[in-house]
Amino acid sequence: MTVEATAGQAVRTQPKIESELLKSRVGAAMWFLLPMLAALAVVAGWPLLRTIYFSLTNASLTNLYEAEFVGFKNYLSWTTLKSGRTVFSGLLVDPAWWNAVGNTLRFAVISVTLETVLGMVVALVLNAEFKGRGIVRAAILIPWAIPTIVSAKMWSWMLNDQFGIINDLFMKLGLISHKIAWTASADTAMTAVLIVDIWKTTPFMALLILAGLQMIPKDIYEAAEIDGVHPVKVFFKVTLPLVRPALMVAVIFRLLDAMRIFDLIYVLTPNSAATKTMSVISRENLFDFDKFAYGSAQSTFLFLMIAVMTGLYIWLGKVRFDGGDR
Amino acid sequence: MTLDLWHITKRVAFYALVIFIVVVSIFPFYYAILTSFKSGTDLFRVSYWPTSLSLDNYISVLTTGSFPRNFLNSVFVASVTVLAALFLAVTASFALSRVRFRGRGLLLMTILAVSMFPQIAVLAGLFEVIRFLGIYNTPWALIFSYTIFTLPFTVWVLTTFMRDLPIEIEEAAIVDGATPWIIIWRVFLPLLWPALVTTGLLAFIAAWNEFLFALTFTSSNLTRTVPVAIALLSGGSQFEIPWGNIMAASVIVTVPLVVLVLIFQRKIISGLTAGGVKG
Repeated sequence: MTVEATAGQAVRTQPKIESELLKSRVGAAMWFLLPMLAALAVVAGWPLLRTIYFSLTNASLTNLYEAEFVGFKNYLSWTTLKSGRTVFSGLLVDPAWWNAVGNTLRFAVISVTLETVLGMVVALVLNAEFKGRGIVRAAILIPWAIPTIVSAKMWSWMLNDQFGIINDLFMKLGLISHKIAWTASADTAMTAVLIVDIWKTTPFMALLILAGLQMIPKDIYEAAEIDGVHPVKVFFKVTLPLVRPALMVAVIFRLLDAMRIFDLIYVLTPNSAATKTMSVISRENLFDFDKFAYGSAQSTFLFLMIAVMTGLYIWLGKVRFDGGDR
Repeated sequence: MTLDLWHITKRVAFYALVIFIVVVSIFPFYYAILTSFKSGTDLFRVSYWPTSLSLDNYISVLTTGSFPRNFLNSVFVASVTVLAALFLAVTASFALSRVRFRGRGLLLMTILAVSMFPQIAVLAGLFEVIRFLGIYNTPWALIFSYTIFTLPFTVWVLTTFMRDLPIEIEEAAIVDGATPWIIIWRVFLPLLWPALVTTGLLAFIAAWNEFLFALTFTSSNLTRTVPVAIALLSGGSQFEIPWGNIMAASVIVTVPLVVLVLIFQRKIISGLTAGGVKG
């Protein structure tokens, strides 16, 4: 927030008019904000509260309005059998749910890590001066521009076990000895999802990191070169610390995005337990299995998880979203 | 001599990396185009270079089924969403960027938080609201729900842009007695055009690509948008996936985006880095 606009500077000599002007300005600002705030309340605030409420009821898709309040039963409930054994049920003891949590975390950590490393490589390449830089920048924008569903379909064709070009290419290069059912087999389904996601989102990462790189003054590098510092050392001692603010913001954006992944997995590896994420399983319960309340509990859980994660990240990493040290 | 050799090796390695990045980036799209022009058994023969130029898939996608209708739905939904978001965002960003009031920082953070929302968290509640409004299975359900990500994004980016406009322009207008409303529409808007095009374009791409809401809030072939139509495009049985048609449809929806992105390259990159939001 570099420029602070106040009417005061315009009419500094007349203090009374200044405060009146300022007042009317703030008043107008409130009216300007109102439509946007109302819209956000209706599409985000209220639905979120309703989802949390539904998670505490026994609502079903066909019976939204006569749902009864059941407390935390969807999260955890228990009954004691005659034999004295206590049986727990609910979200917190549901193995399918924890499988989805594990899948989501694994996907988020691996994809964001690899995207950051590869994004850094691409950004460093684009930051160098060479002939054809414009072409490379244009080329990496293509994966970003392609709709996720389209990329999922394109890749699922390329990864097809019998007619896919990836198997053909890998066989020709001698990397694999037999054709792999990338998306169908439980062992490789997650790899397939990771490949497509990394392909699609590394450009975004690269562009954000590149913006950070371009803000580093050139004379630092000149000084390092004159002093004969090894390029690898320059990268770790100069580039990385200076690009850190931009990197931190890019990572959090990607992490939040990865935690809520839905479309790629829904299309690329449908019904595979090896890749089912929290968003996929929640929607399944909400709309396919008619367990509306249970699905609401799952999405509420995801929301809370993401909220806590974001809070911790911003607090621990001291991230500044307003451009920080720029 | 050894130094020269080292220099050459480095250059070669660098350009090899560059070529690798370019090939990996564009190959899947190239292969989709290649596949879309194949028909019959040709489809199931792997080839790396164009071998045939059959328009069968395109003809089939455009004449049978509801794809043209889905395409129009996507255009309508994305355009109206963007216009609505820009209209609401211009006034709001003016307030957020040029007027100092208490709680402004907190408000900006809240708006950013909304744009980072997991969409699944509002799905159940939005479903209820949409049913209540009676817009389930209409384009309005999508226009309504897409506001959750287009509005925060446009507000955030336009606020960043507007903050950097020089204060002198505004001072002159205030001295002339202009109200904030007039300042926005007469003074700022003409200067904001480039920013509006950028944000509008990014919001358009986001709305064009959205899948979860479109899948949940529409239920018939005629109201679906393109991503859902492509995801659900199927053949006679589960084992007859119409790859040719899927690739043709994919190319049709992607080409306009790729052309737009390549034309507005610089603007898009500046918008992306200002907003820091994935489209």
